[in-house]
Parts: sequence; C-alpha cells; structure tokens
Amino acid sequence: MLKDQDRIFTNIYGMHDRTLAGAKARGHWDGTAGIIQKGRDWIVDQMKASGLRGRGGAGFPTGLKWSFMPKESDGRPSYLVINADESEPGTCKDREIMRHDPHTLIEGALIASFAMGANISYIYIRGEFIREREALQAAIDEAYDAGLLGKNAAGSGWDFDLFLHHGAGAYICGEETALIESLEGKKGMPRMKPPFPAGAGLYGCPTTVNNVESIAVVPTILRRGPEWFTGFGRPNNAGTKLFGISGHVNNPCVVEEAMSISFEELIEKHCGGIRGGWDNLLAVIPGGSSVPCVRGENMRDAIMDFDYLRGELGSGLGTAAVIVMDKNTDIIKAIWRLSKFYKHESCGQCTPCREGTGWMMRVMDRLVRGEAEVEEIDMLFDVTKQVEGHTICALGDAAAWPIQGLIKNFREEIEDRIKAQKTGRMGAMAAE
Amino acid sequence: MQTATDASAIRARTLEIATAHDGLEAPLLPTLHGVQNALGHIPEEALLTLAEHFNLSRAEVHGVMSFYHDFKTKPGGRKVLKICRAEACQAMGADAVAAAAKDKLGVDWHETTPNGAVTLEPVYCLGLCACAPAAMLDDKVHGRVNEQLDTLLAEAQS
Repeated sequence: MLKDQDRIFTNIYGMHDRTLAGAKARGHWDGTAGIIQKGRDWIVDQMKASGLRGRGGAGFPTGLKWSFMPKESDGRPSYLVINADESEPGTCKDREIMRHDPHTLIEGALIASFAMGANISYIYIRGEFIREREALQAAIDEAYDAGLLGKNAAGSGWDFDLFLHHGAGAYICGEETALIESLEGKKGMPRMKPPFPAGAGLYGCPTTVNNVESIAVVPTILRRGPEWFTGFGRPNNAGTKLFGISGHVNNPCVVEEAMSISFEELIEKHCGGIRGGWDNLLAVIPGGSSVPCVRGENMRDAIMDFDYLRGELGSGLGTAAVIVMDKNTDIIKAIWRLSKFYKHESCGQCTPCREGTGWMMRVMDRLVRGEAEVEEIDMLFDVTKQVEGHTICALGDAAAWPIQGLIKNFREEIEDRIKAQKTGRMGAMAAE
Repeated sequence: MQTATDASAIRARTLEIATAHDGLEAPLLPTLHGVQNALGHIPEEALLTLAEHFNLSRAEVHGVMSFYHDFKTKPGGRKVLKICRAEACQAMGADAVAAAAKDKLGVDWHETTPNGAVTLEPVYCLGLCACAPAAMLDDKVHGRVNEQLDTLLAEAQS
C-alpha cells in the first residue's frame, strides 16, 4: 500500500486547510522559482524521465507531449489548456483535486506553462461544477494576491496568467480539439488532426491540452525527482494515480495508490471488499464508461495499469474510474445506460457516430427486454465495428467499446434473455 | 432575474453585455452566459444583435447557442430548480425525488409552473455524488435533497 509520505495529493478528502497557507504547510509552492530557473529543457527531460503518462484516459507520455511545443516562438504565443471538463460517468477524481487541493493544480500550471513557453493558461471547467469552480477561483485569486501568478510569477521571472473558463453543459468538450473550439467561442465540435494542437491549436497557436491530474502531479515529481516517481508501478506505467472506485463495493472512494496495484488489493484495502464477497462480483469497468467491461473472475488478479488492462484483458485503464458491478446488476441494462449517454452526447459532426450511437442504443433497448433475434447480436457487433475508428474524435470509439465488451463477455446472458422472452419464461432469467 | 420583453430593451441590454466582453479574444460564449444570466433566456432579438455586433452570421450564433444545453430560448420561471439525474444520484433515490417534485409542482421536465414561479430542469452530475441526491436552486447547490425536498420546493415557489 502507498505510504502516506508518498502521496502527492495530501488533502484529497478536504480534511485539512485548502487555502494557500494550508497548501504551503503541506509542502506545495516550495521552491517553485528554483525549479523554473533550472530551465525548460531540464523540466521536460525530468518529466520524460519520470514516465508520467497522461491521466485523462489515453495515457500518452506527458513529457513527450510537452516536447512537441515549439522551442522558439515564430511570433505566435503558446498556450497551455487544462482539461477540467470531467463528465464521464464514473470518473470523479479531478473534482476532488479542484475542490480540496487546488494549489497543486495552480502550481503545476505555472511550471508546465513555463516548460512549454506559454505565458497564458486556461482551465476549462465543466459548467455543472459549482463548488469546484468556487474553490478553484478562490485559490487562483489567492495565488494572484500572493504574487504566485501574474507578472514575475512566484519570483521566477516568468510572467504567467491563469484563467478559469466555464463550460456550458456538453460532454464532447472534454475532447481536446472540441475543448479548443469551445474556448474560442464556437460549437464544441472536434477538429480533424493533423494539424495537432502543438502546431495549431487555440486561435491557431501552439497549444497543449493536459488533464487536471497530469498537471497537478508535476510540481511534486520535479521536487522529489523522476526516480522517486518511477519507483511506483511497472516499467512504462510509472507513478501514483488517483483511483475512483464506485458501484457495488462496501466503501466507494477516491484514493491515491501506486500504479500496477492488483485489483484485489485496491478493493480490499480501500473499499472494504465487494458487496456480498468476491463470488458475488459480476463485472468491472476498470477505466470509466468508455472502456469495455471485464468479467469479474478475470478481474480479481488484474494489475491496474495501462499495459496490463489493455494487453491482457482487452480493456483499458482510462481515467482509472473503476465501476464495480455485483450479480445484482442487469449488465445489459447497465451498458444500455452508457449507450444512451453517448447517443445524447454525440455532437453530430460525423455520420457514423451521429447515426450509429442512435442505432446502437435502439438495438440495446430491445436487447434489454429480450425482444430481438439472436442474429442481431452479431449485427450490433458489426455496427460497433463500423462506428469505431471512423470518426474524427474518440467518442465514436467510446460508444462502441462498452457494447463490444458486453458482447464478448456476456453473450450468453443476452442470448438467454432473448430465448426467455421467446418462450415466455422470464422467470428463469430473473431468478438467476 | 429581470424579464425584459420589449424588443428594443432586449437589444440595448444585449449590446451592453456584448460591449463589456469586447476585449476578449473569444467573446461569444461569455456574452451568451451574460445574456442568459441577465434575461433568464436568450431571445431571438439578442441573437440578431450579437450576430451583428460580433460580425457573425445569425446561423453561427444560433449554432453555438443551441449546441450547449445551458442556453434556453424560452423564458423560464422566476427560479430554476435543477434535479440531478446522473447515476450516483439515481442510486440514492433521485428518481423518487424527481417524481415527488414533478407531482408537487404539477409540471414535467423543462416546464414552468402556471404561476411562473419555478422551472424544473434535469441536470447531469453537479459533482455532489458524495451527498446524493443533489439539486440546484438557481445558483445554490443542495445535497441530500430527499430529506428536505419540501423545504426546497417551498423556497423555490416563494
């Protein structure tokens, strides 16, 4: 289990003082100017060495992403945009950072912006987050008053402004190019890549979009050194990570743990076990609603990191939003709920996603009731394959994967329900 | 929340809000938020005024406005009650809260009570899953509303 002194987020539960004074007492904003004076290249090299992979879901190496930013400005300014549009069902980690430990994010924003030559950074926060917005804005104001932001931020010689931008209720704006469009005051529809944001992003200028957690861990990594960070987890999956465990565990929680912890340890140590014991575990969605679900029996020994979940189980770590479902769950209906979500949130730009999410939801709707033919399961799988990879952004993939996971793992459950409906024996299924 | 019905008054107020955002690089969304806060919704006249002021087509402004769920085209009640409908709140009894609120107010989603007091809206996750079920009355969020729904409804209708 991760030791308390190795935790990056020391106030994730809001038990301590969340003000600047409290943050400083916990070791944040310590020697920030010194870190910045070591120079851009040093910071980027340290981040590369730390092996930090983006915490927003895709797991792209953060240091590498930063190194794509132009070293010399061609006259255009550079921007750092922080993605705080956390709206995926199950994901609940960034909100805790913003509400209780906002100074980790603000200090990280300053250092990261310096490392990519950006004097301005935007935090795009989800419109529905009221408390988070208040806490973060209060922390930003505090930092300005203390001279940690603004001209010569924190005495580093770097001028830095940080703005908080409110969203207006659209999940798709969590996609990086849609977020940029939305910041520019347009419809939040994703852009084609290339050009990548590091070449032409916000207002056509070099931009890097990072997740809240990716930025918030930066100051601590630089203070304690990349060797400390790589000391956790398996190679290529380094560091500590916030896990948000929800669903049928005795004690759902958000907890910071070392990467590559086993699923069993994570659940037993922090969540008080599965409701009704391990035999009662039906399925787990290990990384937020957009990754395929995994059967419970495959999950017990699973290693919670990017490579194991993708390579061995055909799922993914995503945002590490672990959704646990016990045998009380109607798994078909649970996945139908996700289909409904993606249908509602599709921006409508690409035809496969706009139409496909609706088709998939309507077929799922009938599968929930069992009013379908067995052949339609294959047809549905075929439709998901035609949506996946044929859209500009990953929302199409995200809508397709949960259904693929369902069909791969729980095909017999769907077939049983169709047969039960045909023979009029719903009782046998309900008793299961 | 004042309600301006007169077209010229709407135009004047919209122009005032738009001018205040002129210095920004991307003024449209903050301006729309401003208009929505000032007028309670975004009337047609405001769209036309904004299109003209920012040198955009009316279609572009309408597209942005209709893309985001937060912006309304019709005036709502004096207060807006939003009840969370997301998964965590549903697991903690948000369905019962929603049904009771609908029943006691006598309206469905997106509808306003006949006396114009309160509009009922669904919302998806206010970030208060730890004290679900959650609701929001105008700008104020409330947790565990199943225990205090009557108080909240009384406040909404006051």
